[in-house]
Amino acid sequence: MSEVLLEFEGLAKSFGGVRALDGLDMRVKRGEILGLIGPNGSGKTTSFNVVTGIYTPTSGRVRFDGRDITGLGARKVYEAGIARTFQRSRLCLDLSIFDNVMIGNHARVNNGLWFNLMNRRGLRREVEDGYARARELVAGFSADLADRMFAPVGALPMIERRRIEICRALVSAPKLLLLDEPSAGMTHDETAQLMDDILAVRDRMGDLSIVIIEHEMGVIERLTDHCVVLSYGRKISEGSYAAIAADPEVQTAYLGVD
Amino acid sequence: MKDDVMKTPIPVSLPPLATGLIAVAACAIFGWLFLLAESEVAVLGLVLLAVLAGWGAQKTGLSATLGTAMHQHSGAMNGAIVASLLAVIALLGTEHFPLLMLSTMLLYLVAALGLNVQFGLTGMVNFAGAAFFGIGAYTSAVLTTHTAVPPLLILLAGGLIAALIGALLIVPVVRTAGHYSAVVTIAFGVLFKTFLEVNEVLGGPQGLMVGSMNVFGWDFNNGPVLMGHEMSFYVNYALLSSGLAILAFALTRRLERSWLGLALDSVRLDETASACFGINVVRAKVLAFTYGNILAGIAGALYGMMISFIAPNSFTFSDSLLMVSIVLLGGLGSLWGSALAAVIVVLVPEKLQILQEYRFLLFSVLVIAMLLFRPQGLLPRGVRSYFPGGRAQR
Ligand SMILES: Nc1ncnc2c1ncn2[C@@H]1O[C@H](COP(=O)(O)OP(=O)(O)OP(=O)(O)O)[C@@H](O)[C@H]1O
Ligand SMILES: [Mg+2]
Repeated sequence: MSEVLLEFEGLAKSFGGVRALDGLDMRVKRGEILGLIGPNGSGKTTSFNVVTGIYTPTSGRVRFDGRDITGLGARKVYEAGIARTFQRSRLCLDLSIFDNVMIGNHARVNNGLWFNLMNRRGLRREVEDGYARARELVAGFSADLADRMFAPVGALPMIERRRIEICRALVSAPKLLLLDEPSAGMTHDETAQLMDDILAVRDRMGDLSIVIIEHEMGVIERLTDHCVVLSYGRKISEGSYAAIAADPEVQTAYLGVD
Repeated sequence: MKDDVMKTPIPVSLPPLATGLIAVAACAIFGWLFLLAESEVAVLGLVLLAVLAGWGAQKTGLSATLGTAMHQHSGAMNGAIVASLLAVIALLGTEHFPLLMLSTMLLYLVAALGLNVQFGLTGMVNFAGAAFFGIGAYTSAVLTTHTAVPPLLILLAGGLIAALIGALLIVPVVRTAGHYSAVVTIAFGVLFKTFLEVNEVLGGPQGLMVGSMNVFGWDFNNGPVLMGHEMSFYVNYALLSSGLAILAFALTRRLERSWLGLALDSVRLDETASACFGINVVRAKVLAFTYGNILAGIAGALYGMMISFIAPNSFTFSDSLLMVSIVLLGGLGSLWGSALAAVIVVLVPEKLQILQEYRFLLFSVLVIAMLLFRPQGLLPRGVRSYFPGGRAQR
């Protein structure tokens, strides 16, 4: 089994004239937390959207777990073991915590028409199992949330929503978790809490790899094993946080000075 | 202490189940009186009474108690509702017209439940509900006059043909997003009616005769005899429509309370995120669209047999709008909401002839008011509970 879990090779994606990704090469190793940083509009979210099959790349390859997943389509990518959260929270606000987490478990439950309509006993067993699983996962983030599994998500504060989004991504036990600015819209303290949560998740799920997009450098410093810096859709630097923070090219990209 | 006393609105509070059973009985008596009421004044009085009762139930917390009763004692409550429906039919006995109205309402409810799966759960507005209903009715007209297919099977055939013709729309409806798919269904509905009008084989604008229902040799043209009294032949149709409505309701409830129902919700709320979690968006939409059309087709097939004569004018765009307004008024995704709204939309204008002329205007205003002031509908859908009273519940 190769050490590399995810690999981009010359990945490019243009929107009309905008080159959101411009020949990106990048690798994520098994079990590592990789920080993906860069100024606004540098193509971070686009890279997630290309991996997860929301967009097909203009050119280049994406390899995951030893197989080419370029242009595979969102559903197949998910089945291959990649789950994500979104920059702007995309939970179903009218649905309960349980429902939202179970959406992430969709590929593991029986979706047969006959089963769902006629086999109430079988369904009941699956619901009970799913409930135990979802509850345990949520309890790992917050005991209080776990006691309110049937409360609608819309009533919860941002940090709780983020936690549920992460649970929704984790419930299928993916190999790779993509987090798009998990700290967005949260206070300093909440961000710190969420970082603890993410580290705890990593400890619980030993072989999980994580790619995290963040603007908060404190977060990147604390969480990541390795960082990749994007600017205008290209990789301009990579290495440990200390290494990229000291890289003059990164400083120029962020400060916008020539 | 004083506060506690003030907060108790009803000094003697009954347990939820007792309250629920009394409410069901009261509704049944009300429905019976309403269906029999002759004078416009009496009907208007009853409508006002119902509005006041509904408002009062909200204010006093009675509606919350009823919700608890439905939740904790669903078996007993559902049983009571079915029993009341049967009792009302038996009490109406010889009254042709009220029984016809009741049956029509029940069949519209079946179609509306289908539309609710399409629109309320999956987010696909279908403005051709009456067309699919009509496909069922025309199927039963053709099959009852030209073949010897047992009429019960013709109901299924009505659903099947509606689903098959609906399949022609699947590609444009599923592939186009939002409003475009609504436009596709509008175009289809209008086309359907025009097609019927110019098609001589299907009777043109004059329409077709439909044979009667016949269950294992019992012809529905005969009134059943209860304790020596012959009842209206519409009692047959009322009973079968009730059976169909109960079946459709139970099945739709199961669909909603399952992984499939969850997938439909997810597709409505966020297609892209759904796909990112492995949900097959196309399958979900095809399933919902087909399910809804089958229900409309089956209901239409029985409707045709019941009114025994059908014409293109019974299946217009306006009728489709009425079906959509049932779903909207009741509340998106709310099955009991659809039931309540079907009563309002189908029965009230039949009873108030002054309204008959203006009913489309009236319901348009009502729907707009609803969307503005109470978008969740008359009986808002709650958070999904997969099993009534189950552990994975609350
Ligand atoms: N669907 C789209 N259509 C057109 N342009 C797009 C689309 N998605 C992204 N872009 C453009 O691609 C570029 C990269 O966007 P992207 O969202 O990947 O940036 P980002 O690095 O995630 O930025 P931020 O830190 O602000 O989230 C931007 O110029 C953006 O305007
Ligand atoms: Mg972004």
